Amino acid sequence: MIERTPIFNAVTYAIMIGGLLVVLLPVWMAFTAATQTVEAVNRIPFSFALGDELLTNLGAAWQRGDFGTKLANSFILAAGVTLGKVMIAALSAFSIVYFNYRLRMIFFWVIFVTLMLPLEVRIVPTYAVAANALAPLQAILDVTGISALIAVLSGVEVSLQWNLLNSYVGLILPLVATATGTFLYRQFFMTVPDELAEAAKMDGAGAFRFFVEILMPLSRTNMLALATIMFVYAWNQYLWPLLVTTDRGTYGTAIIELKQMVPNPYGGLPDWNVAMAAALIVMLPPVVVVALMQRWFVRGLIATEK
Amino acid sequence: MEKRAVFRAGSLAYLLILPQLLLVFVFFYWPTGAALYWAFTLEMPWGGGNQWVGLENFTAVLKDGKYWSSVVASCVFAFAATALALAQALVLALFVDRQLRGSRGFRSFYVWPYAVAAPAVSLAFRFIFAPETGLVAFVNQWWPGLWNPSINGAQAMALVVLCFAWKWIGYNFIFLLAALQSIPRALMEASAMDGAGPLRRMLDIQLPLLTPTFFFLLVINLTESFVGPDSFGIVDILTEGGPANATNLLVYKIYSDGFKGLDYSGAAAQSIILMLLVMVLTFIQFRWVERRVHYK
Repeated sequence: MIERTPIFNAVTYAIMIGGLLVVLLPVWMAFTAATQTVEAVNRIPFSFALGDELLTNLGAAWQRGDFGTKLANSFILAAGVTLGKVMIAALSAFSIVYFNYRLRMIFFWVIFVTLMLPLEVRIVPTYAVAANALAPLQAILDVTGISALIAVLSGVEVSLQWNLLNSYVGLILPLVATATGTFLYRQFFMTVPDELAEAAKMDGAGAFRFFVEILMPLSRTNMLALATIMFVYAWNQYLWPLLVTTDRGTYGTAIIELKQMVPNPYGGLPDWNVAMAAALIVMLPPVVVVALMQRWFVRGLIATEK
Repeated sequence: MEKRAVFRAGSLAYLLILPQLLLVFVFFYWPTGAALYWAFTLEMPWGGGNQWVGLENFTAVLKDGKYWSSVVASCVFAFAATALALAQALVLALFVDRQLRGSRGFRSFYVWPYAVAAPAVSLAFRFIFAPETGLVAFVNQWWPGLWNPSINGAQAMALVVLCFAWKWIGYNFIFLLAALQSIPRALMEASAMDGAGPLRRMLDIQLPLLTPTFFFLLVINLTESFVGPDSFGIVDILTEGGPANATNLLVYKIYSDGFKGLDYSGAAAQSIILMLLVMVLTFIQFRWVERRVHYK
């Protein structure tokens, strides 16, 4: 807008700088603290002067949190969930949009209703399922009498057992189902011109060929956006890894290690410098991913809600 | 709505959607069913049979004073955090949208709280607002004991609210800025020609046109603060529900009752109540999405 509003412009800059301070302060303070010695970090008032202990503190945090293993686990979790979600969402949306069968609207709603069942709310029974992922099948077999039939016929007692606790499968699988992802793909597939599918059919391509060679390359932008959002989501998962991994040393993720970093109030000077170094290590990967993918991810995030 | 050129619906259609349906069944519907079953029975921890008790679990939960203090804490948290997160994001979005020189640079910083893990920022907040060190500790030198969130419930609540509001600035900002940018430029130019200054345009044109997005974000923020993963992570790192249950939000109480108290039936009854709340919020959101279509 071409107009001269010097005072209002100054106000605008003041507000934007204020916002910048609010957004930066926690991260900047964590960074400053992570560069200081234990004595400096406990000084009152807090000094924003940078120390030169950053590498020492990062090293101490790395060792205390065993971040070599934990970050690797976090990456496995985030990559697994992201890949799983992106693939499963694309496949389901393809089935719902491009095939005409009676159950498709029901299937769509079955997936969509899961939005109303957040993990945090159904956490106890979900944990029970993770302890034996085949329990639902077992129950169905018991109720329908099939297991009794098998027991009579072959003398084998049917007891299915698949424990997901303390495994990568258990970390990843319960987080893979995605209503938002399916919805995003569905919205996108609806905008793809019908003529493309017609042309592909006329050229003799089957459904799967059309999906792999035409639809997937077309939805590359959507895929990147969804992958970014889901990477952030998976990396920042806290409650589920906390419960599923009792064997923290092998399967624990970096995020759940943060709680052990809170300094013990009765153990001398609290070493917040090491705790802040750990916080920096953990928050870095998703921030980098979002910074790199900002353009796509913003578009995707907004598209999921339309 | 319907696609014209659809493929012949064979077994392939079912095969494609099968993985998702299996996951949804095993990890969403089955646990929900189990929660319903447990809510109406008395489950002995780690097996040992169930006994049908009807609505007793619900009445036990609803008669419990601790539950109601959790409800109050959750409501205070949800409304305060939502209001603060939305207000900050709204102001920032309105001013960034003036597109003065350099506002692009600011913009990319406002987005990043979205990417930061809630537990990580909670740890930073715990340090910044610690009573013995950090940014606020100096008030305790003037007046010992003035600031101590590990003793004072109201201060602990303020802390978790601040943390959640910080974390959600990014998400809200993205949506509000996108909505502002979709306002036709001609509208703004016309009002500028009629002599409306930038502040007048914000109040009379941009704010009214933002209401659909604003309501959408309101519902999302409320849902997230009542049952979202961030609320759980923030409380677990910052206060663990304390002091004296002042920040024992409903999501946190389900976890601690279920896993620490091993009260499966009580936790299940609480889960069912929270699910109903989410359903109400989602229903409101869909009513609103319906309306949004008419705005365009």
